[in-house]
Amino acid sequence: MSVILQDLIFSHHEDDTLLNIPRWEVASGEKVFLEGESGSGKSTLLNLIAGILPPTSGQIALLGERLERLNQRQRDRFRAGNIGYIFQQFNLIPYLNAIDNILLAQEFSNKVTGNGFARAQELLEQLQLPESVWRLPGQSLSIGQQQRVAIARALFNSPRLILADEPTSALDQKNRKAFMEILMDLCDAYQSTLIFVSHDPTLASDFDRIDVLGDINKAGA
Amino acid sequence: MFLKIAYKSLVDRKVSVFMTLMALIVSISLLLSVEHIRVQTKESFASTVSGTDLIIGARTGSLNLLLYSVFRVGAPTNNISWSTYKNISGSDEVKWAIPLSLGDSHRGYRVLGTNQDYFRYFSYGAKHPLVFAQGREFSDAFEVVLGSAVARSLGYSQGAEILLSHGISSADFNLHKGSPFTVVGILEPTGTPVDQTVHVSLQGLKAIHNSAQYGGDPESITAFMVALKSRIGVFSLQRTVNNYKAEPVMAILPGVALSELWQMMGILEQTLRFIGVLVLMSALLGLSAMLLSSVRERRHEIQLLRMAGASPLYLFLLSELEVLLITLAGLCASLLFVWLAFALGQGYLAGAFGINISADIFTLNTLVLSLIVAGSALLTGALPALAMYIRARRP
Repeated sequence: MSVILQDLIFSHHEDDTLLNIPRWEVASGEKVFLEGESGSGKSTLLNLIAGILPPTSGQIALLGERLERLNQRQRDRFRAGNIGYIFQQFNLIPYLNAIDNILLAQEFSNKVTGNGFARAQELLEQLQLPESVWRLPGQSLSIGQQQRVAIARALFNSPRLILADEPTSALDQKNRKAFMEILMDLCDAYQSTLIFVSHDPTLASDFDRIDVLGDINKAGA
Repeated sequence: MFLKIAYKSLVDRKVSVFMTLMALIVSISLLLSVEHIRVQTKESFASTVSGTDLIIGARTGSLNLLLYSVFRVGAPTNNISWSTYKNISGSDEVKWAIPLSLGDSHRGYRVLGTNQDYFRYFSYGAKHPLVFAQGREFSDAFEVVLGSAVARSLGYSQGAEILLSHGISSADFNLHKGSPFTVVGILEPTGTPVDQTVHVSLQGLKAIHNSAQYGGDPESITAFMVALKSRIGVFSLQRTVNNYKAEPVMAILPGVALSELWQMMGILEQTLRFIGVLVLMSALLGLSAMLLSSVRERRHEIQLLRMAGASPLYLFLLSELEVLLITLAGLCASLLFVWLAFALGQGYLAGAFGINISADIFTLNTLVLSLIVAGSALLTGALPALAMYIRARRP
């Protein structure tokens, strides 16, 4: 199993439980589409799986590691090496160029040693990003290009888990399709597990499994 | 990469960073200059006179006597008679005595009437005697020896003829016409008021004031410096002088009077320092405010770095590194600016105030001050850094 959530409870305040997930699993290499309306707690769930937030109670097992037992420093390290993350937007540090934005992944993990630059170039080529924009600051790239650089960074350390939080919502139809194809292909190529969160069920066609957050989350039920 | 992120993020916000940097440069420069002037004047004060045990002049405040006899500042209140000088300097415990007669000037520089003993005995700093750069001491009534700054700024060399004027203005209408003096010697720079002085013999001074009487002793002088054979006798001679019956005279210990003067200057110095510190604090607070207000607009950046694996501490340190970069840039620019300002203004300060400020600001004191500035910057910068940290912990 890649991800196992067991009796997971998260609440910002004591009497206001946002998430209550008795059991949820994702198998290694599986591509899961997690459907949820905005405000349903999907970003919080991703923050929990990524180890940014500690759970109020319950277990989060990730690639065999019990996340809730690690301290914050250990979780940060674990995340750097094992999880690739793609945001809805603002995926790039605006003043760093595309290559430096990818190399951020090397800054916090020692999984890729040696020449990260060559690896970044290789990924950019795979993502068919024109060489003319490699050294442009993030803020001068188009949204479509920014999202592709985000994939490159997410894959840089060959992570076993990729988390994507509505990564296509800022893209137009054509870019959205291209983005999904590239993401799926590369997840296959790198044998990464993918948890893709979106409110848009039309994107769900290529996934192994479709879950609805409202069904697995018993909070408020 | 850490440094690159900090540097590029500052460049990205260049307008606000530039304004903050300017405020820092102004305040650091102010602080550095005040501190530098303080140390330099203190040194230059303390080294104006050495080897002199007592300064004796007409009864007045001790500071007043010190100011006009040593610094040639202000006007002498009264003269003392030649016979008093003769009496006191003739006593057994006196090793040497240098008569000083003030009151005239040459193009704004004070004229000092004295005798050859001045060149023999007067010393400054670590007992440095006066040394001639050119020529020799005066031997005739109408010969003059110039301090180095006088010669340099007025462009005089040996053999030049000059006129003296009564009083201390540089206007020409009081010129003692018809009695030109010849420059026979120029002294090496000393960094003391000697550099600003035109030295003539007492006879020469007497001659221009009363051309009928040429030669002989003057009737009065302004003050005189005394060194004793044994320093043990200083206080007893001081008491004798202060109780002198024939006319009201007083004796001061130059060291004591210098430190009194320094204490008075100390209030001004402390005030300047205090203002400097306040200005620096406001600049540092401005820097913190600038960074604090940008924390909100950097929330995506923080979120992104966190997801990539950055710890909250990394973001705290990133913010502090930005503070350090701005502060170091401010320090470098300020050092350059202050150094340039002193290098260019040195001549003016020496000419107008008789203060010799070296342009060499790269001293241990400056290093300590720079470290204090950097330290305070990091301390005030901890606030925006903490804001980054908190935002990083809770998305």
